[in-house]
Amino acid sequence: MFTYKTIAFTVLASLVGAGTIMAQDEDYGLGREATTKEIAGWNIDVPPSGDGLPGGSGTVAEGKEVYQTQCQSCHGADGNSGPMDKLVGGKDTLTSDSPVKTVGSYWPYATTLYDYIHRAMPFNSPQSLSPDDTYAVTAYVLFLNGIVDEDTTLDADSLPDIRMPNRDGFVSPDPRPDVLANACMTDCGSDETTP
Amino acid sequence: MATDNRTDGQIERRQFLKRSLGVVAAASLPLPVSQALAASNGGGNLAPNVPEWTRSQGAPILSPAYGQPSRFEDGVVRTPTDLTPTTTSSWSFTPLQDLNGAITPNGLVFERHHGGVPDIDPEQHQLMLHGMVEKPMIFSMAEIKRFPQVSIKRFLECSGNTLTEWKQPTGKTVQDTHGLLSCCEWTGVRLSTLLRAAGVGDKAKWILAEGADAAAMTRSIPMEKALDDALVVYAQNGEALRPEQGYPLRLILPGFEGNTQIKWLRRLEVSDAPYMTREETSKYTDLMRDGSARQFTFVMEAKSVITFPSGGHTLPEKGFYEIRGLAWSGRGKITWVDVSTDGGRNWTQAELEGPVESKALTAFRLPWRWEGGSALLQSRAIDETGYVQPTRQALIKARGLKSVYHLNAIQTWEVSSDGGISNVHV
Ligand code: HEC
Repeated sequence: MFTYKTIAFTVLASLVGAGTIMAQDEDYGLGREATTKEIAGWNIDVPPSGDGLPGGSGTVAEGKEVYQTQCQSCHGADGNSGPMDKLVGGKDTLTSDSPVKTVGSYWPYATTLYDYIHRAMPFNSPQSLSPDDTYAVTAYVLFLNGIVDEDTTLDADSLPDIRMPNRDGFVSPDPRPDVLANACMTDCGSDETTP
Repeated sequence: MATDNRTDGQIERRQFLKRSLGVVAAASLPLPVSQALAASNGGGNLAPNVPEWTRSQGAPILSPAYGQPSRFEDGVVRTPTDLTPTTTSSWSFTPLQDLNGAITPNGLVFERHHGGVPDIDPEQHQLMLHGMVEKPMIFSMAEIKRFPQVSIKRFLECSGNTLTEWKQPTGKTVQDTHGLLSCCEWTGVRLSTLLRAAGVGDKAKWILAEGADAAAMTRSIPMEKALDDALVVYAQNGEALRPEQGYPLRLILPGFEGNTQIKWLRRLEVSDAPYMTREETSKYTDLMRDGSARQFTFVMEAKSVITFPSGGHTLPEKGFYEIRGLAWSGRGKITWVDVSTDGGRNWTQAELEGPVESKALTAFRLPWRWEGGSALLQSRAIDETGYVQPTRQALIKARGLKSVYHLNAIQTWEVSSDGGISNVHV
């Protein structure tokens, strides 16, 4: 009943030029082209290649100042005394029973540090740091971790070249399923798995 | 059967009484006092008396215009973690022990935010799609809603769900142990439809998804997943997304860890390589015994948990109880759930609520008579790939004790002879 009515309506509608039924996945003509300017305003990510890093630069010494005024209250004077995430330390702890995962001990890419600080820090005022300040405080956090020297200047060229201590620490693709259990039904042992 | 039902009814009534008395003590509201006292005095509203709510008109329509649960249900709420130093980068748990069936009500869907919940005006929200595409695009919310629509029921689980349970039993209730888990019917447009609108070439292998929140949350998503079953959604359970679930727009990647399903979605950038964001390096990576870390461990493997009876419940008397729970798998459909009452020595197949949907919470049930002794209740899920939910010991044997995420082990609830139920490891 309903179908007949629908067809009748559709025929009538197309007769008067009110529309046509489209096949799935046609070009819907929705949305518009994004302008270069619009993209530039939002495209803030920095992948390991360093693509997208802005101009500007910052030194460890400048970074210390940024850190003391904008980060220290939450991350501690030396970067590892809280109250928020430890940014420093944990060297050689990943194999231990109590690993300490920090920028220095765990993060595989320095570009991620620039990206994250710029997008999310300071926590109470994200995306407020200038490129110069972001380079500088990135350099300072790396310095506190013993990854760069005190006289380091970071910019779009030098940042992607930094080799982080745990650069090769990550494994992908996902090796799971890594535990193959049996669906034993009666009188089962405590560990019904085949390794 | 009639006897069983009556027994069950008594349990509910006792819990109801306990709860209403608790509310009274906390808030000292005059109306509940008289009602609760009447009930405890032997029940002025119980048979053979005609209840007071039957003898007068109830509340008018639109009380309120957006309906709320009964005031007697005000204990059914999300609860916060005590593990985070801030309340904006934090999480809250779904009260699984108080829910029925497989759908999570919108106001009880678990939360995990990294920069709080933004208050976004949909008229000023856009989705940008750019990078390795033929034509970079911007869509308004109105345009996104005009694309062909799909609605699909899918679970959402934080990869940190159950993380307190690796070493010792920690959570008291199933809300504490498994509450970073919810399931909604999501409505939106296929991500593949949007990608086709922009034109994606063969070299494109990854997509960066970014939120408009204060964390500008970003994750790299494999193109394969984007073209398979990813959705960009604007509605959950029939209404607009809740702010804490990404209003006005979020990504849904069925079966993937919750963090990848970017809320407040504002940008998608197509690339040939992953971006190595903070949330896929520093966090949401699984540290193994040897110090290496697994990265891009997206899939939530098959898992199940008994929600009734569960930690914190008390069985008031011997007799019939229906064991109820939830099972789910990020790899597809649940095909089988077994229940054990003796800590995993012997198992019985439970009944699944159908039709079973892929990557959705699936309710299971098994009738049980408690004889008054101690019991160890467990459930074990098996999915359509044949994967069997493992024990905690087996997971630890394979991964060690410091991987934090992706604990999908069999959960044990101990029923003691006084009817109390607690979280234990066996
Ligand atoms: C108001 C407190 C606050 C301030 C100020 C602050 N942070 Fe943070 N920071 C946090 C919190 C909270 C987190 C964890 C956020 C999360 O996990 O979602 C964090 C995380 C980080 C991390 C990631 C740590 C990891 O191992 O994953 C880095 C790096 C960082 N902050 C750097 C900075 C820098 C640099 C500044 C100054 C420019 C700064 N923060 C200022 C609160 C703060």
